[in-house]
Amino acid sequence: MIIGKVVGTVVTTISHRDYKNRRLLVVQPLGLEEEPPDQDFIALDNTQAGIGDTVLVNREGNGARQALNNPDACVISVIVGIVDSAYLG
Amino acid sequence: MLFGRVKGTAVCTLKYPGTEGLKLLVVQPLNKKLEPVGGLQVAADVVQAGPGDLCVMVRSREAALAMPEVKFVPVDLALVGIVNEMEVRPDSEFDFTIRRGKNSFT
Repeated sequence: MIIGKVVGTVVTTISHRDYKNRRLLVVQPLGLEEEPPDQDFIALDNTQAGIGDTVLVNREGNGARQALNNPDACVISVIVGIVDSAYLG
Repeated sequence: MLFGRVKGTAVCTLKYPGTEGLKLLVVQPLNKKLEPVGGLQVAADVVQAGPGDLCVMVRSREAALAMPEVKFVPVDLALVGIVNEMEVRPDSEFDFTIRRGKNSFT
């Protein structure tokens, strides 16, 4: 899983049935200041997150299928939590 | 999942079993600012997108799962949605860094 910031929303009226009735959000992964930023991506929302929220994102298909409770879902990235704080030693 | 812009179509007469009748599109992967990322790729279409459409794509094994019937097919990029509307805030509105010590996001 990764920590990222929700920076946008995407609306698709025509979409695959696994994506129906769920929001798609644009997520930018967070990183250390000295490292180059990771590539942004689109994630399916499972937590009612919104723009500006710091979120926990599962970026693996098997975990996504478990989170969505659908063994055939064609989804890789799912937002599974909203992060309140993180401590880095 | 990622954004992609449909640039054209690809036609294959000889195909692997399970992929017959599948529409193939040439797409340009894009980032959140809709700038090109990498080179052109070929994606399987299950949402009937057309040239010029902005789409949501899914990669790897999950692309094969997007197929309507046979799920065990050699496909690694699929179009799963056509974007009607999107809103992306500029980077300057957010802080994308994690610092040593406690980071509070609320």
